[in-house]
Amino acid sequence: MKNKKQNKNALNPTDPFCGFASLRWWLLAVAVVWVLNSILPDLMGPYYFQILILAGINVILAVSLNLVNGFTGQFSMGHAGFMSVGGYISAYITTQLIVSHPEIMNDAILGSAVFVGSLLLGGLGATCTGYLVGLPSLRLRGDYLAIVTLGFGEIIRVVFLNMDAVGGARGLSGIMQFSSFGWVFTLAIFTVFTVWRVVHSAQGRVLLSIREDEIAATAMGVNTTQGKVRAFAMGAFFAGVAGGLFAHYLTIMSPGTFDFNRSFEIIIMVVLGGMGSISGSVVAAVLLTSLKEALRPLQQLTGVDLRMVIYSLVLITMMLARPSGIFGTREIGDIYRDWRAGKAPKDAKKLKASTPSKGGAA
Amino acid sequence: MTPVKNEPVLSIKDVSVFYGIIQGLHNVSFDVQKGEIVTLVGANGAGKSTTLRAISGLVKPKTGQINFKGENIVGVPAHDIVRKGLCQAPEGRGIFLNLSVAENMDLGAWAAPDKGAYQANMDKGFQLFPRLKERRKQLAGTLSGGEQQMLAIARALMSQPEVLLLDEPSLGLAPQIIEKIFEIITDINKSGVTILLVEQNALQALQIAHYGIVFETGMIKTHGKASELLRSDEIRKAYLGD
Ligand SMILES: Nc1ncnc2c1ncn2[C@@H]1O[C@H](COP(=O)(O)OP(=O)(O)OP(=O)(O)O)[C@@H](O)[C@H]1O
Ligand SMILES: [Mg+2]
Repeated sequence: MKNKKQNKNALNPTDPFCGFASLRWWLLAVAVVWVLNSILPDLMGPYYFQILILAGINVILAVSLNLVNGFTGQFSMGHAGFMSVGGYISAYITTQLIVSHPEIMNDAILGSAVFVGSLLLGGLGATCTGYLVGLPSLRLRGDYLAIVTLGFGEIIRVVFLNMDAVGGARGLSGIMQFSSFGWVFTLAIFTVFTVWRVVHSAQGRVLLSIREDEIAATAMGVNTTQGKVRAFAMGAFFAGVAGGLFAHYLTIMSPGTFDFNRSFEIIIMVVLGGMGSISGSVVAAVLLTSLKEALRPLQQLTGVDLRMVIYSLVLITMMLARPSGIFGTREIGDIYRDWRAGKAPKDAKKLKASTPSKGGAA
Repeated sequence: MTPVKNEPVLSIKDVSVFYGIIQGLHNVSFDVQKGEIVTLVGANGAGKSTTLRAISGLVKPKTGQINFKGENIVGVPAHDIVRKGLCQAPEGRGIFLNLSVAENMDLGAWAAPDKGAYQANMDKGFQLFPRLKERRKQLAGTLSGGEQQMLAIARALMSQPEVLLLDEPSLGLAPQIIEKIFEIITDINKSGVTILLVEQNALQALQIAHYGIVFETGMIKTHGKASELLRSDEIRKAYLGD
């Protein structure tokens, strides 16, 4: 009986954070974000606030890439490419509209609605690109995806570089700064929530089976190509949304921002946090974004871009000390449960220890 | 060929498989009658696994037909063949090591035609292998080899196959466990599942099988009733170590 129920909602009932997977808690979190949205900017000062916003965008990128690289076990190296597709589409839409319909864009509510709509269209554009890239390469086993996505990232960059409609090498400027703390973190929460639900669903278990053993998954009746392509397209969607947020935060888009280093940065976040841990991606995204900003003065001082060197060092140290990343495949909920379980036997021991002494006294 | 009782549930006709330029199977033909245990025996590299892979759609034969319940399934994607009622527990067990026992079994039910029978199938699996029930929440990677083999069989049964393909279920197991596994295979067969069993362990396989097919270098060397093969001097010398 119990088992049937377990299968129905497909969420691990022993996970104490399982309750948080219900929509109610996430909506509450979004409400908190919007309250903070009105007080944080003054409280934090622009420097730390900027780090926070970039961290929020990186959370979206890392969690969505983890769906592909961590949970499905397909190594994609082109996340920045999808980010740029989404970024350019949404920025193009809003910059065109600000010229043709300034009255709409300057209206607080209508402008935000257009902005969110443009993010979604950017996400969808990235999804379509994801299908185009993923369908041929995900049919094949092995490392083809890594090579193809690596190539894709470069190609898309060169395409934007030569596309006059979006400013070519100069880039696209004059983008309105719509990406507030509220929007960035609402969408970060939405990303974490969606990926969490997917991973803990029956469909998500299929993705895990592909990662574990593709032939065995096929033998169980899993359409592995379909599963991989879906995960890949979904990852691309969120990358596209993050790109839109990024564009509407920086207010300029230039092709150079989305080079291989950017993709590599996101991969490092996933690996550092733990391939197959959503909590890990969130933590690593925040950590590495802060580290990057902390290193900025050093970079200005030396005039050398030391970030990649330091990233690589972080990665190497990590691989030596803790190869599965900070969290491995575990979530905060698992660690909390183990911590409680670790406490329980101690209490039991105490109880045992106290019983004989009591007996001795009697 | 096998005496014609009724239409065979599985019929392989002139199947050839190539791996690049290497030919793994040469015009292999045989029938599997409904309700029987048919075993494929033979030396390493004889083409036994290749035959199973061809049947379950994991490799595509270059020539020939594979008829399952009267329908040619050559070219049907492997994941759709499972839905037709033909499931393989792959060579090397193919357990999802980082998933729990129960999650492995859940995945086995992914292609089950009747989702309503999920709980009944799960119970049946745990009845056949009580050890798995105790370890249902444990990660499959922490199971012993024998337990993993049990899980591979239980998981395949979750899809309610009419024909179950088993590739060397005794591989790497201790003699007592092998005996147990073979007993369970017989039980599964008695419950109405047709079984195609690939085995190195020819003696034991032929003892539980109805029909035996002996492979050699990608071809069928000989075939016949299992009891007759067991009596044949030639077979005893070549495969049973007499
Ligand atoms: N993926 C592959 N690529 C190339 N050749 C292969 C491949 N798989 C099998 N072969 C070849 O096909 C032939 C038959 O192999 P198969 O795996 O079917 O043998 P088998 O009878 O199952 O042997 P074993 O008892 O050792 O498992 C062998 O010569 C083998 O080398
Ligand atoms: Mg074999």
